[in-house]
Formats: sequence, C-alpha cells, structure tokens
Amino acid sequence: MKAKHLRKRWLGLLPLGLILFLSGCGQLEMTVLDPKGPAAESQYELIKYSLWFMLGIIVVVFALFAFMVIKYRENRPGRKESDYAPNLHGNTTIEIIWTVIPLIIVILLSIPTVTTLFDLEKPAEPAEGEEAKEPLVIHATTADWKWFFSYPEEDIETVNYLHIPVDRPIEFHLTSADSMTALWIPALGGQKYNMAGMMNILYLEADEEGVYDGRNSNFNGEGFAAQTFKVHAEPEEDFNSWVSDIQNEAPELSKEQYEELLKPGLTEKDEYSSTHLEYYDHGTHEGMGFVAENYAELFKEKLHLDEIEKQEEFQ
Amino acid sequence: MAAEELKTGPLEYRTQEGRMTILGFWIFLAAEVVLFATLFATYAVLYGRTADAPTPMELFEPGIVLVMTFLLLTSSFTCGLAIHQMRRGNVKGLMTWMIVTLALGFGFLGFEIYEFVHYVHEGASLTSSAYWSGFFVLAGTHGLHVTLGTGWAILLLIQIARRGLTNVTSRKFFIISLYWHFLDVIWIFIFTCVYLIGMVI
Amino acid sequence: MGITDILVTGEPIIYAAMVSIALVSIAIPVLLTYFKKWGWLWREWLTTVDHKKIGVMYILSALLMLFRGGMDALMMRVQLAFPDLGFLDSQHYNEIFTTHGTVMIIFMAMPFLIGLMNIIVPLQIGARDFAFPWLNAMSFWSFFIGAMLFNISFVIGGSPDAGWTSYTPLSGAALSPGPGQNFYLMGLQLSGIGTLATGINLMVTILKMRAPGMKLFHMPIFTWSTLVTCFIIVFAFPILTVALALLTIDRIFGAHFFTLTAEGLPMMWANLFWMWGHPEVYIVILPAFGIFSEIIATFAKKRLFGYHAMVWSMIIIALLSFLVWVHHFFTMGAGAFVNSVFSISTMLIAVPTGVKIFNWLATLYKSKIEFTVPMLWSLAFIPSFILGGVTGVMLGMAAADYQFHNSYFLVAHFHYVLIAGTVFACFAGLVFWYPKMFGHKMNERLGKWAFWIFFFGFHVCFFPQYFLGLDGMPRRLFITNVVEWLPLNVISTVGAFGMGLGFIVFVYNVYYSFRHAEREKTGDSWNGNGRTLEWATTTPVPFYNFATVPYVDEIDPYVRMKEEGKTTYDESQLKPIHMPSYKATPIIMMAFLGLASFGLVFEWMPVAIFGLIGGVAVMILRSFDYDDGYYVSVEEIKRIERKARGL
Repeated sequence: MKAKHLRKRWLGLLPLGLILFLSGCGQLEMTVLDPKGPAAESQYELIKYSLWFMLGIIVVVFALFAFMVIKYRENRPGRKESDYAPNLHGNTTIEIIWTVIPLIIVILLSIPTVTTLFDLEKPAEPAEGEEAKEPLVIHATTADWKWFFSYPEEDIETVNYLHIPVDRPIEFHLTSADSMTALWIPALGGQKYNMAGMMNILYLEADEEGVYDGRNSNFNGEGFAAQTFKVHAEPEEDFNSWVSDIQNEAPELSKEQYEELLKPGLTEKDEYSSTHLEYYDHGTHEGMGFVAENYAELFKEKLHLDEIEKQEEFQ
Repeated sequence: MAAEELKTGPLEYRTQEGRMTILGFWIFLAAEVVLFATLFATYAVLYGRTADAPTPMELFEPGIVLVMTFLLLTSSFTCGLAIHQMRRGNVKGLMTWMIVTLALGFGFLGFEIYEFVHYVHEGASLTSSAYWSGFFVLAGTHGLHVTLGTGWAILLLIQIARRGLTNVTSRKFFIISLYWHFLDVIWIFIFTCVYLIGMVI
Repeated sequence: MGITDILVTGEPIIYAAMVSIALVSIAIPVLLTYFKKWGWLWREWLTTVDHKKIGVMYILSALLMLFRGGMDALMMRVQLAFPDLGFLDSQHYNEIFTTHGTVMIIFMAMPFLIGLMNIIVPLQIGARDFAFPWLNAMSFWSFFIGAMLFNISFVIGGSPDAGWTSYTPLSGAALSPGPGQNFYLMGLQLSGIGTLATGINLMVTILKMRAPGMKLFHMPIFTWSTLVTCFIIVFAFPILTVALALLTIDRIFGAHFFTLTAEGLPMMWANLFWMWGHPEVYIVILPAFGIFSEIIATFAKKRLFGYHAMVWSMIIIALLSFLVWVHHFFTMGAGAFVNSVFSISTMLIAVPTGVKIFNWLATLYKSKIEFTVPMLWSLAFIPSFILGGVTGVMLGMAAADYQFHNSYFLVAHFHYVLIAGTVFACFAGLVFWYPKMFGHKMNERLGKWAFWIFFFGFHVCFFPQYFLGLDGMPRRLFITNVVEWLPLNVISTVGAFGMGLGFIVFVYNVYYSFRHAEREKTGDSWNGNGRTLEWATTTPVPFYNFATVPYVDEIDPYVRMKEEGKTTYDESQLKPIHMPSYKATPIIMMAFLGLASFGLVFEWMPVAIFGLIGGVAVMILRSFDYDDGYYVSVEEIKRIERKARGL
C-alpha cells in the first residue's frame, strides 16, 4: 500500500524534476549545449529540435502510465465493474494510430539529421554578406598519447596544443600513428576518428575567441586521460603573428626527434618550424606501421604514468 | 515421445528424435553459412592488400585447383549415391560409396596441403600480408571442415559396420551427407570468388 | 614463462582477490567433503541434463557474475567520485571497466536470460525437456568454464584492458602484448559455442516439441521472444566466432587481419564486432520484453493487448537489428550518405519498440493491477526504459551523435536500456518464476525494499550521466580531472551504492525466503492468476514436467483449463515417459576444451593440443554412445503425481 503511494507521488515529480534538472544544468553551461562554432551550433540546434519530440513522447507515455496505474489498481476505492475487461485484447484503429505517429516522428527527425550530416561534410557557410574564406588545413595526428598538429601551408607543427584563427573554417586531416583515437572539441563540434592507414576530414570553425578543451575521446590505453589539448581561438592577426613567431623562433623537427616523440608516453607542449609530414604520412599503408614495427617492445612495459594522476598536470 | 515410431518413410525420419536432429543440423548449417559469409566478406575486404608478398595472380594455377574441384564435386556425387544405397537398405553399397567419397576427400586434402606448402615456399604464408591471412584462413577453414568430415565419416563407418542400418545410424549418415554437400557448395564459392577472380584481376 | 610471471602482483586489491579466491576454492571442497556431498553434487548437478536444473545453474552463475561485475562498477564509481584518493591507477581502471562490460553482457545478462528460458520455455510449450538435453548440458558447461577462464585473468596473467569492445589495433599483439587480451578472446569463444548451441537447441525445441494443437501463434509471448532471440543468436554468433578467431590468429599465430603492419585493416574489427554486437543487444532485450509481457498480463489479470502486434514487432526488431551496426561508429568517417542510411534504420527501431510500449500500457487499461514484486519491476521498466529509448533515438541521429559519441551520454543511454530492460527483467522473471524453481516464493516485503532501493539507486546513478556527457566527459576516463564534473559524479556514485544495497537485500531475501517462506502447495503460485502452461504443472515440477500433455488451441490455455477443471494429470491417458540419461561427458569435454583455451591464452601449445585432443576424444566417445535414455513407468508417474497433487 505504502509503496503504491510513493510511486504515485514520484510519478508526478519525475517530469517536473526533469525540467528543473534541465534548466538547472543550463546554468552550468554544458559545453555541448553552449556552442562556439557553426558545426557545434548546427548540432546543438539538432539536439534541441529532437529534445522537444523526446519530451513530448516522455510526457505522453508518463501520463498514460500514471493514468493506468492509478485508475486500474486492483484495490482503488470505488472501482466499478465496468473498469475491468479481461478479454479486451486489441483494437485495430488505435494500433494503427500508435504505429503511424512514431513513424511520422522518425521522418520528422530524419530530415534535419540528413541535411545536417551533409552540411557537416563541408566548410560552414560564411555569415551573411561575408566572403567564404579558404579553409585552413591542419593535420591532426595522434600517437600514444599525444597530439601533433601540423600546419603544412605555414610549415609549422605544434605538440599538444592548437592555435586557430576565428571565423575561418579549419579543415582537419585526421590520422593516427598507432591506436584509433578521436578528435573532439565539444565547444566547436562533434568528433571523428583518427585511424592509422586512413585520413578523415573534419571541418570545424570557431566564431568566438577563447580557449577550448579538446581531447582524444576514444579510449586507447593507459595514457588516455592525459591525451588532451587546449584550442586557442584568436583573431586572424594574432594567429598570423603566432605563426610567424614559431616560424622564426622554434627549431626544425628532425626525423630522429619525431621518431623519439612517437614512442608511447606523455610529452610536454612543444612547437617546431617544420612538420613531420615530410618524413611520415601515417594515413597511408607505408606510414601506418612505424610504431607497431619499431616500438612494440615498449608496450610490454607498464608505463606507470604517475603524472596523469595529478590533476593539475593536464588541467 | 521417442516411442512413437513411424512405420513408413525414410528410416532417419521415423522417430521424433531423428526429425529434430535433422532440423537442428539444418539450422547449424545456416549458422555455418553465416560463418563462411563472414570469412568471404573479410577476404573480399582484404583483397589487394598483399603488401610485399606475391599477388594471387602470380601464384594461383588453374590446373591444381581444377583437379581439387573435380575431386570434391565427384565426392559429393558419390556421397549422394551412398545415401541412395542407404535408402534402398543396402549397407554394403552405402559403405562402398562412402569409402569412395572418403578417398576423394583425402585426395582433395592432399592437393590442398600441397598447394599451401607451395605458396609458403613462394613467400606467401599466413603471416606475409593481410590478403594472404584472409586467403589461408578462408581456404583453411574449409579444409579443416573437410578434415573433420573425413574423421567423422570414418567413425560412422565403424558404427554402421557394428550396428547395421537403424534409425540412428541412418540419421547419422544422412546428416553427414548434408554436411558434405554443404562443404561442396562452399568450395564452389571459394573456387569462383577466390581462385577464378584471383587469377583474373 | 614461469609461475611468478603469471601471477599478477603488486596491487592490494589483487592480493585480496587471490586470498578470497583461494579461500573459496578451499572452502568448497572442504564443505563438500565434510557434508559428504561430492556424490550428490556429481550425480544431481554436474552430470544433469534436466533443463530445470541446468537453468538453475545458469541463474546462480549469472548472479555470481552480477556480483563480480557489480564490484567492478562500484570500484569504478569510487575512483571517479574520489579522484584524489588514488584508489585505482589508470591501468587498473582500464582492466576493471573492460571486465565490467564483458562480464555483464556475456556472463551475466545472457546466461541469466538463457537460464530463465531453460526453465520456463519447455514448461510453457508442454515439452518434457529440450530437443537435445545433452547439448544443453554442454552449452551450460561451455558458458561456465568460459566465464571461469575469463575471471581467473584477474589473478593469473592479467585482465584484458582494451574495453569490452576490444577495438583493434589497441587490442592487437603490438599494442596489447601479454595474455590479458587472450583471456578475453578465449573466454568469449568458449562461451560463444555454448550460446550458439543453445540457440539451435531452443529453436528446435520450440519448433518441434510444442503441445498438441499449439500453433506458433498460440505460444506464450516469452516463448515467442525466445524463438526470435534464437534466430538472432544463430545468425549473429557465427560473426563473433569469426571475429574472435581472426584476432586470436593475429595475436597468437602472427596473421595480419587487424594489424598496423602488412596492410592489415584495424577498422574491420569494429565492423565485425558490431555486426554481432548490435544483434547481441537485442538478444538480451527481446527476452526481457517477453518476461515483462507475461508478468504484466498476469498481474493485470487480463489478456495481453495486441498479441499479434507484439510478436510482429519483435520479428521486425530482430530483422532491423542486423541493419544498424554502423551507428556504433558514425564517427568513423563513412560519409554522409552511409551515415544517413544507418541513422534512419536505427531510428526505425523506435517504431516497433513504441508499439510494444503502447501495447503494455493498453494491457493495463481496464485491468486489475496487483502490485506484487515482479509487477513492480515490470511497471518500473516502462517509464525508465522510455528514458533510455528516447536518448537512443537521439544517439541514432548521426549528426548529433558526433557530439554524443564516446561520452557519458552514451554510457547513460545504454545503462538505461540494459538495466531498466534486461536487469529489471532478470529480477522480475526470477521472482515471478521463483516458486516454480524452488518450491517457495520470495518474501514480498524484502522484495519491495530491494526493488525500491535498486530503482532509486539506478536513476540517481545514471540520470546525471546524461549531463556529464553533454558537458564533454568521455567514457572510460579513469579520473575525474575537470572540476565541473565532480558533483554529478559524486551523485552518480551514491546511486551506484544504492543499487549495490538493493542487490544485497535481494540476495538476503533468497536466504531469508529459503529459511522462512511458506512452501508452495499448488502449482499456480500467484493466487491462481497463472495464464500459461508452466503454472499448470505441480510445484515442485516433476522431472518429466507433464504427466499428460494437454491439448492447446489458444493463447493463455491455462485460463480455460482452470475453468474446465483440467490438469496435466489425466490418469486414463498415462503412458510410459521417455527421459534422457544423465551424462558426465558434457562437463568433461568442456573441461578439456577449457584446458585447451587456457593453454592458448599463454601460448603453451602442448597444453592447448592436449586439451583439444581430450575434447575430441570425448566427442568420439559420445558419438559411440547409443544410450538414448530410459522410460518412466506408469506406476511411478502415478505415485509421483498422486503425492504432488495430494490425491
């Protein structure tokens, strides 16, 4: 008896709690729901759009459920004889209705999903009245457990951090020297995999200055938690001066140095005035095997990456 | 249940147990189809990924594969004859044709082993490249099935020699014939999808 | 490799595990010897081919595995809520989430449901056992020994640590050397054999051994869900078999299917894995739907609404389940067109699932709901599962999935469907059919406590995780290293301990009810509300199940049987019953194959070959064994039935 009353009260609370929770978390500004670029924006719009349908479905089902459970409980006071129809077992009209309505919802959800999918495969449209800018090409390469960002046109490379100009599409060329990883910058948009022997293209763009969190989101072993980086989105001029600073001041990346960096482990942020692309292209059959062929022995050691247990190290 | 035995029809179908076992085996063959389909798909996806190893075009020879195909197809026919003799109640005929089937099966296996050894000598083994891994595992899984089939058939021959034709022994022979024909079908696909295409492209 | 290299050392948790494993493995033989139960255990359980006993063994093992997987989960939750404690390091956390996932899906959810199917399906269709009782015993031992093989990895050799999905190239020989991944491969391979065999076995049982007159569309809905599940098993498990075999060949024999070298194709693993893995999801959810349907109809005291729609929606779900595997890796870059196709096929699954939800709600319409413990679990399933279902549709929208993928949003989603679906169903089904299995019910009051604690714990644990995902927290992260994520993680951990407490109350209830519950006098345990044939048998169920099998030509046959005063004992119709003999070959054969697998894990070929030869030898012995059972005489049936029915 007691349990039943609990259930009743709880049922009323659930949708309310859901809404409170959602609005409460709105203040927390969840990254995915606070987009800073057009890709993330279109995904956010899609999520919002779908959320309305989902809330609708939840409300309908919860309401029906509450009605049935309360009204047709066996020992409800004042039950009528007509409240019990043990052989009722079908009704074609209503069954067709509750098949067709979900089908319509699926269609309504499919249309924006498909259009967004195709949009995400190309650079974002420029804002009204502005000219489309040539995308900036950045090769994002992972090796256990670090990120290499190569700017082939600028001929510079950074390790474990990324600078991008705002309002200009970035064309990421994703690949990996060993395990499969994924480039995810939730503030700017969804992820794609980096895979050895393949190259994936991901278009992202920042339309607000700021420093955003980026990471490998696909589990790849012991140092996974530390495979993060910061994205510095800055105005074109600042970006250009940053580039020329590196071109002028940073050392060149030698083949031996790069091979050393490919060894499994963590490494500090760094920058070079040349890229590794002249030595290896891990996106091809020829370049995919280097780590597995040369460093397999190193994976036999447990790495005891003590530093990643310390929070501040990679915050 | 097992008590109810029909008085007519093929021996292997007369008991409920016989009918259920045969149906069960058909379902098992469906699972085997999925298994081989997966191996074929894997092979197809890895096609061309020969790395530094020789290509299939360099190694595949029509002669030996045709002989293997001939041996296995004939064995399927003789296996059918064996079941025909079983239906006629002729134990001796059943055993004779089954032994012929076995001999042809062994011939097939002999050629296959020769072929594999030859490829390994030419530098194409399980470990040479993704393509050759796919090839050896696909053809090898079929070869392993044929090997198991021959071992199984020998056991059944011993059983029928001891017990004669009963509901149970005839069921067992009927099932191994299904298995044998199935392997034949798989071979036809290996012949066309692996060898013929490998020789052409 | 010497023995010191094999034992895992250096972690207090592992030493504790070693000590407890050692204690248990000493305690069991000592107790058995003390109480002189060895013979009993061997004759009554280890060699049994009785589907009811095998089912009980399945369920007991699954509960054990639920405990193990649950401990893993709690350790993870402690680590995430208190990152500063340094409770687990990265490597250890990785091992634990890998074994948690694998154990829960392969060694808990599936065996639990297969255990219920084992006990109930033959009873529901009026059969006396499985079509192939020997094979059924073999299936159980293959699962059990596979599970044990997987579990000893914790103390011997090291656990797998590449996630339950075991993606290549991470799980390949180059990046994951050592025996850990081999434990995963061999443990799953061994138990997979058993699952496939069970699928075939149950399918033949259902197709060929139904009571006279019972057409397919007269079958109880749980039996239907089992049949559909068996089709999925038969067509999905060979894919897993191949995938595991290929990776094993890669790792042990140096092939190049998934390697980074010699032009291997690592991403092929993800495809093969999910071509099995997605149907697998429905293997564990469709029987759950079946269980809920039975329970809701029983305690609503009403016929199931839309029986045909329920069946057809299951069949459509089963077909669609093979056409959606790409949605597990939309982010692999297959292109907008491919992603669109799989996005739509994924969302389409929501339609038949929605139909089922509405049918359950309509079953409640104009009913008389009685809030028993199984009914509480079943009712709680509907709203909880909806929360998992709608987020599933959101994940199915590929463009949005780029943001959800690999995040806690996904973690929350699949725990919502798997716990509210499968785990609730396991508890509901166990409590519902408990009297059929053990001759007494579980205590209702304790059962309600267990339910409410677990239910609230579940929502508190997983609801916050949706928001963690939206805030960018990735799954499989061993440390909560972003301050904003900490509060919700703490809440989640509180909920997880709630679930743990609920489980403890549930297990205590097993003990309490064994000691105190009233023994069942009739077979129709739930106040005479049983609708299907399993309730027509006496409790405890005689080993031959039905003295006489009734003629069935409708859904819910037992309702009419009760009205007409018919039972499953018609003295005039009695005939001797043929039953299979108990056999030791299944356990011995699987022990040999278990040894072979163990050898392969450590790449000790002599051991592997010895085990394999032993296994084949037992198979040959079995082939020459023409003992096809014995007959139970009419006198004996009369004696048993009169005693059970108090005649």
